[in-house]
Amino acid sequence: MFEELTGRMEGIVRNLRGQGKLTEKNIDESLRQVRRALLEADVNFKVARTFIDTVKVKALGQGVLRNLSPGQQMVGIVHQELISLMGEEAVEVAIAESPPTIVMLAGLQGSGKTTATGKLAHHFLGAGHRPILAAADVYRPAAVKQLQVLGEQLEVPVVALGDSRSPLAICKVAVDRAGREDRDVVILDTAGRLHVDEEMMEELRGIRGAVHPHEILLVVDGMTGQDAVNVAEAFDQDLDIDGCILTKMDGDARGGAALSIRQITRKPIKFVGVGEKLDALEVFHPERMASRILGMGDVVSLVERAQAAIDVEEARKLETKLRKQTFDLEDFRSQLQQLGKMGSMQELVEMMPGVNKKALKGMDMDERALVRMDAILSSMTRHERARPVVINGSRRRRIARGSGTSVQEVNQLLKQYNMMQKMMKQLNRPGALEQLGQKMLPFR
Amino acid sequence: MLGVVRRLRDGLAKTRDGFARRIQQAVGRYDRIDEDLLEEIESILLQTDVGVETTLRIIDGLRDRAVDRRTRNPDDLMDLLREEMADILGDAPAPASDQRPRVIMIVGVNGSGKTTTAGKMAARYAGEGKKVLIAAADTFRAAAIDQLEVWARRAEADFIRHQHGSDPSAVVYDAMQAATARDADVVIIDTAGRLHTRDNLMEELKKIKRTTGKQMDGAPHEVLLVLDGTTGQNALSQARVFSEALGGLTGIALTKLDGTARGGIVFAIGVHLGIPVRFIGVGEGIEDLQEFDAPAFVDALFN
Ligand SMILES: Nc1nc2c(ncn2[C@@H]2O[C@H](COP(=O)(O)OP(=O)(O)OP(=O)(O)O)[C@@H](O)[C@H]2O)c(=O)[nH]1
Ligand SMILES: Nc1nc2c(ncn2[C@@H]2O[C@H](COP(=O)(O)OP(=O)(O)OP(=O)(O)O)[C@@H](O)[C@H]2O)c(=O)[nH]1
Ligand SMILES: [Mg+2]
Ligand SMILES: [Mg+2]
Repeated sequence: MFEELTGRMEGIVRNLRGQGKLTEKNIDESLRQVRRALLEADVNFKVARTFIDTVKVKALGQGVLRNLSPGQQMVGIVHQELISLMGEEAVEVAIAESPPTIVMLAGLQGSGKTTATGKLAHHFLGAGHRPILAAADVYRPAAVKQLQVLGEQLEVPVVALGDSRSPLAICKVAVDRAGREDRDVVILDTAGRLHVDEEMMEELRGIRGAVHPHEILLVVDGMTGQDAVNVAEAFDQDLDIDGCILTKMDGDARGGAALSIRQITRKPIKFVGVGEKLDALEVFHPERMASRILGMGDVVSLVERAQAAIDVEEARKLETKLRKQTFDLEDFRSQLQQLGKMGSMQELVEMMPGVNKKALKGMDMDERALVRMDAILSSMTRHERARPVVINGSRRRRIARGSGTSVQEVNQLLKQYNMMQKMMKQLNRPGALEQLGQKMLPFR
Repeated sequence: MLGVVRRLRDGLAKTRDGFARRIQQAVGRYDRIDEDLLEEIESILLQTDVGVETTLRIIDGLRDRAVDRRTRNPDDLMDLLREEMADILGDAPAPASDQRPRVIMIVGVNGSGKTTTAGKMAARYAGEGKKVLIAAADTFRAAAIDQLEVWARRAEADFIRHQHGSDPSAVVYDAMQAATARDADVVIIDTAGRLHTRDNLMEELKKIKRTTGKQMDGAPHEVLLVLDGTTGQNALSQARVFSEALGGLTGIALTKLDGTARGGIVFAIGVHLGIPVRFIGVGEGIEDLQEFDAPAFVDALFN
């Protein structure tokens, strides 16, 4: 998408070269592409419009055309503006000066509140705190039980008084017990509710008025569409929330709701849920989110992941080879094996910059692709790997047989290797990183 | 900056006004159907999650219809729009089968409303005098089995469960056996929520489906995708991947439409994948499941 977006904008601006002047109309045209990208990422229609207005002012001020790559610069401005809107830096949950710190979670049905309660408890435990949880959803079947199970897993007490006591009473008891049992963080799990349900919203206001949470977090499903603004606005108006938790971001949602919520409430997104397990909670990084909304791939995460998995010595050797262009199939193979260590193919691909996820959908995305490629490489002789040019037709047939694949697949792999080599030569060009990301993927 | 926020807030307040009224207002401002008017409709559709591409398609269709009918009268616009959009969704009878039991598999991403919808459907069938059996094939999420058990009790349906953490296909195997032994009319299988991007979990789902097929030719008779009505463009991806993994979906249950979300993404799904909507969820109560009615749905979109 990022590639697509940059490409589209390059196309528009290219025509203007030589005209020497960037008109408002030309900028408008490229901003229409940005707007479309935002809408496809679920950024609210009106939020997108306001955002585009801001970017337009900036772009006009910067004289885009004088730059060598105006399309990229344009995306750069958009990206930067997104980051600044998103809040520049990660914001943590503040610990109250006098304990206990009371955190209340609220949100629509099924957004991930109960899971987030468990995840936050896990997070606080890790930081040396002693949390206690309040099961204040007395409505949904087995909601209390669900939190109790999580509490058992974490070995953290859960206050559950049965369905006959009011959520308010349950929250009060939890806060009291925290004082008596030396628990320094209280997390209140409330029932899912619609922002238009007056009675249920009143219940939350009541809890807020009685226990005065230090932190009220709105839990929002990361896949939410245009409605995110209505939800965020209503919860913020009623409860004056302190921030949000954006859940289910382990999938392929672009998460434009994050931008909408920021715009409307001006409150930070504090955490991102990235899985069902209790450790699948990450601190929110505005920069990464901005990239994701634009479809730029999570470059930072990818690099971090790579750093953790790839051994430094190995990486240095690889780099030298890349420079000297002596990168052969032997290196390709060890690189694939490194890739295998970095995590699931699926996750990696999602983080890759320049990967058009829509195009990926129809492709063979399964983890076995890596295994098959490894099989092909293993079926080559050492000599063949060192000097891939010798791999002629009959060798290809032999390799295919030996690896249980087809000649086509062998060809495909060799083609990828060739493309990669070409890419290496251009590594110093701007934008090469994104393209490399694309070409390196085994199923492209 | 504050000015911007205020302007935005004011703008959003208007979003919540009836769409029909907005179209009526738009219509009132134009004396013929022209591009400006179409653009206003476009912006309204975009705000119900219909999506850019599908919105443009609907607008094109609308333009064509206006030409075909030789009308430039804005008063006809709502009717044309209703026709155009209802056509995309079509009407979808449940797949016919006179086999017993009828096996219905409920799938979808996390928290979309599968368990609740399974419970409501069970109650609906039970209300028709059918013998219903519910299988607890979500053995993963904390207290998922207990939650479904409450629904089974409410619906007065039989309930087949294993322990937390056991193989969901084994539960389904038992449920199929029990259904035959007890002469059940309907088997409803509640599965665990899973993001469509998780290959191994999608494999698990395929296995569940195969298990029903091995027990009974033609099963499952329905594979229902439960979509959260507040979901944006990602729902298209969900529908596509679940459908591909399971060899097609027989329908969609669109939940949580009792809020302010309109669920416009089902038009994109209709256009691209042709998967019909079967039910809509309009609340957390046992009665809050309605059979889908395309024209009514379109009307609700604009009201
Ligand atoms: N993949 C994924 N699933 C999540 C995440 N957070 C929560 N879930 C799942 O989403 C579903 C709903 O989560 P809950 O925590 O029960 O949501 P809730 O807001 O408490 O729901 P109600 O109490 O019914 O309103 C469960 O299946 C969770 O496992 C996440 O970050 N990623
Ligand atoms: N307002 C409203 N809430 C609904 C509707 N359908 C389901 N819910 C609520 O949404 C939340 C999630 O519903 P579940 O049925 O647990 O969802 P699920 O898909 O089974 O969730 P997992 O099994 O965790 O993936 C619950 O709080 C339900 O009460 C609906 O139509 N309207
Ligand atoms: Mg809950
Ligand atoms: Mg469930």
